Formats: sequence, structure tokens, C-alpha cells
Amino acid sequence: MKRIADGAAPYLYSAPALILIVTVMLVPLVLGVSYAFRDIQLLNPFSGAYVGLDHFRALSEDQAFYRALRNTLWWTGASVLLQFVFGLILALLLDKPFYGRGLAQALVFLPWAVPSFLAGLNWAWLFNPVVGPLPHWLFGLGIMSGPSNILSDPQLAMWGPIVANVWWGIPFFAITLLAALQAIPRDLYEAASIDGAGPVQRFLSITLPFLAPTIAITILLRTVWISNFADLIIVMTNGGPADRTQIVASYIFTQAFKRLDFGYASAIALVLLALLLAYSMLIVILRQWLLSKD
Amino acid sequence: MRAKPLFLTIAHRLAILAYIAFALFPLYWLLKVAVTPNDLLYSEGIRLWPSHASLEHFDFVLRHSAFPVFFRNSLIVSGSTAVIVTILASLSGYALSRFNFRGKYWLVALMLLTQMFPLVMLVAPIFKILSPLGLTNSLTGLVIVYTAFNVPFATFLMQSFFDGIPKDLEEAAMIDGATQFVAFRQIILPLTLPGIAATLGFVFTAAWSELLFSLMLISGNDQATFPVGLLSFVSKFSVDFGQMMAAGVLALIPACLFFLLIQRYLVQGLTAGAVKG
Repeated sequence: MKRIADGAAPYLYSAPALILIVTVMLVPLVLGVSYAFRDIQLLNPFSGAYVGLDHFRALSEDQAFYRALRNTLWWTGASVLLQFVFGLILALLLDKPFYGRGLAQALVFLPWAVPSFLAGLNWAWLFNPVVGPLPHWLFGLGIMSGPSNILSDPQLAMWGPIVANVWWGIPFFAITLLAALQAIPRDLYEAASIDGAGPVQRFLSITLPFLAPTIAITILLRTVWISNFADLIIVMTNGGPADRTQIVASYIFTQAFKRLDFGYASAIALVLLALLLAYSMLIVILRQWLLSKD
Repeated sequence: MRAKPLFLTIAHRLAILAYIAFALFPLYWLLKVAVTPNDLLYSEGIRLWPSHASLEHFDFVLRHSAFPVFFRNSLIVSGSTAVIVTILASLSGYALSRFNFRGKYWLVALMLLTQMFPLVMLVAPIFKILSPLGLTNSLTGLVIVYTAFNVPFATFLMQSFFDGIPKDLEEAAMIDGATQFVAFRQIILPLTLPGIAATLGFVFTAAWSELLFSLMLISGNDQATFPVGLLSFVSKFSVDFGQMMAAGVLALIPACLFFLLIQRYLVQGLTAGAVKG
């Protein structure tokens, strides 16, 4: 009797969390997959019939969807790259102790705590020529021909959410990379400088190899996360002007939230899921290939 | 040690200052417009500080708008979510930290899976499930959804804190005749208090910031959380910049308080969440 109770203990501890995850996340996930093959429109009580692959056929001819795919690549690539570069520089700057480091660290990491909707609104206001300084500064520097709002310029609009995302996401990269930097044994650097290695050489042959695994994992996971991150776009541009900032995740949300077309939204979501799975598989295969090469 | 050249030190401090300026400038501007009286907003558009400041926008927002209600709703939702998630995650995190059991691999795999797929996929099905139960347009519905979303990451976070406490402690208590659950509650949990505080902070911040599901699930004004209220205010009264930004400053306060609370645990929290922002 005692042994049965002991064996059940871990299940009892994890049961409440497990039940909640299954009912609120797994069941809707499966249900969502089934919606992709049904005609589900919230405002139409007669909808609900199975329509087979109709949604996917419509999707394959949906120009807005292809545009959203291209925008997702652009949005994710630019955001991840800029966040990583500026995050790495910040982590290197904060690595060595200096007077006031604790305070500096708290201040530069503060954007991470700002709620994403507020970060989006805040940057939308900064780009607004009525109350924000940015258009006037860009005009003054001669970068723009007039103090206009880049969020309403189809050519430039995507830069608005990207800048907000970089501002918001630098702390994440900096914190993770800083933790990895601090784990590098200090005597390695001393030994290298006794052997006559300069700062650039020490960076290339000690710091980078030690950081490489963290960099790889962080970038890969962050890529998936950012490609799904629609908050800033919904708040700042709502996908506009003329769908120029619509990414796949915000397109799904718009279909479900504005048009209440749950079936079509779920079909797009399924395609997105397949693409993300393919991306993850690609990484696993790449890793295997790299490991087998050594 | 060789002394570093002075110009390198100066360049380093300047770079740090540039980062601080970039990080704080948007928040500074938010505060600046919030205290600028309406008659100066347009005439002194891009001055760094208005020639005279006033709290009239805060006064208006607190007394004549629905923002105190939104603030209270958000506080209820985020607070309840944080407490419930922390309780559930201490239990499941303890199971992952202390037991070896057959389902462990699957439990971890399931929790990792929930961190990988796009949550926006669930917007439509969750609405469909909650609607007949009367849980749309309800704070309870939001708490249930947010709790489920945050449990996996909080479990990993709590597990990392439990892993840092030696097993001998509860083994000694169990030799003295305590059951494992009593040992967990009376010995291990009090030792994990900093970890519990960090988990509360992380979950509160996440729930306070959530946007898409609250937009989808909440429609009425009296149940609106802060993001929903602020966004509908922005689309309705898009010229009252001072009031909008005063409301924005209010939304920032709890987030900043919790940031100070969890600052020390940022690394642990971000690596436990792995994919969480």
C-alpha cells in the first residue's frame, strides 16, 4: 500500500498543472487543427460544416498571405540580427566590474519590464510628428525629406515595429549572453595575455568559442518566438498601411479578431505551425550534420 | 595588471551612457508628454521639458475616466494568475526536481511543446470553448487562460530553485517521521521563498502585459483589462495625447515595481523560460 502511494506521489504533485495544460492548451490546439477543415464563422449560426481543403485552396491564392510570409522573414531577420548585435555589445560592456555597474545594468534592462502593448504605443507616439520628436530629428539630420510619420509610409512602416522590438528585446540577449560571459574562466584570459595575445585575438579565440553554443541556442529559439510575436505590430500599425507590416501571426489574429472567420484563421495557423516545425527539423538535421562532420 | 589607456575607459563609459539613454528615452518622453499641459503640447512640440509642468492629465485620468477600473481589473487578473500559477508550479516543479518517474519525460516534453508553438493559434478555439461556459468577457476566464499559459515556464523556474536545495534536508525530516508532503511544506517551501517571490514577479509581469487574448476575450468596458482599455481609448480619443500617456505611465508602475523585485533572478527566469520574452 505504501509503495503504491509513493509511486503515485509525483503524479499527484504534477496533476493540477498537467490537467490545466491539457484542457486549456492541448485540447484547443487539437480543436484548432480541426477548425482548419471546417467553415467556422462566429456571426453565422449555420456555419460549422466540413469543407475539406477549401481553406487551403483559398490560402494558396491569397496574395495577402504571401506578403505576410515575406514580411515575417523581414521582420524576424532584422529584429533578431539587431537585437543580437546590440545585445552582445551591451553584454561585453557590462562584463567587467566598474563603478556603478549595478545601477547601469538595472537601467539598461528596464525596457524588458515594459509591457509589450505599452512599448508599442510608446514608440508609435515617438514616431508621430504631432507629439514625438523622432520625425523632426530625422528631418533635421536630412534623413527624411519632411517630418512625417514613418508608420504611415508603406516603404518604411516596417521599421517602426522593428525599432520598438529591438529596444524591447536587447535586454533579453544581453542578460543571457552576460550570464554565459561570466561563466568563462578568468585565468584563460590571463594565460592568453601572458602568451602575448591582444584583445582582438583573445576575443576571437576565447570569448567567441565559449559563447557560441549560447549564441546558437538563443538565436534559434528567439527566431521562433519573434516570428510569432504580433503584439507590437497589432498595436503600432495593425498590419497597415496596405498590409505592408502584416506578419503571419498578426494576419491570423486579424482574421480571428476582426473578421471572426475562425476556420480560415485556423488554416493559416496550421500552415504557420508546419513552417515552424520544418524550421525546427532543419535545425536538428543541421546539428546532426555538424556533429557527424567532427 | 597594466593600466588601461584612459581613452578606452572613456569610450566604455560613453557607450554605457548611450545604451542607458536609448533605454530610458521613450519612457522619459512618455512622462514628459503626460505632464505637459494641453496648451503647450503643440506649441512646444519637441522641447525636452515643457516650460511649465502640471499633473492635470493624471488628475483627469484618475477621476473622470474608466482607467481606475481597468487598473483594478488588471490587478485582479494578474494577481490571481500569479498566485495560482505559483502554487501549481511549486507542486509540479517539486515533482520534477525530487522524483524520478515514468511520465517525467513526457511531462517535460509536453511543457516544452507548449513553449514552442504559436499561442495565437489558440485564440479562436479558446474563444469557442469559453463562450458557452460564460467565461468570455469575464475576468475568471482570463485568469484560467493565463494560468495555463504560464504554468510550464513557472514549473521550470521553480524546479531550478528546488534543485538548489540539498535533498538531505527533507530526508532528515522524513527519518524523524514527517511525510514527504509535510517536509515539502514546512521545510523546503520556506527555504524557496526568494524563488517563490521571483516566480510571482515573472508571472505577474507576463499576465500584466498580455494583449491578444484579452483583446479577443474581453469586449465590455467594465471587464476590460488595462491593455484593452488603453487601446480602445487610443482608437476613440486619438488626440488626447496627454491623457493617453498619463494612463500609460500608470500601466508602467506595477511592471516597474515587479522588475525591481525580480531583477536579481532575471538570468534564471529567462533561461528557465528559454523562449519566453
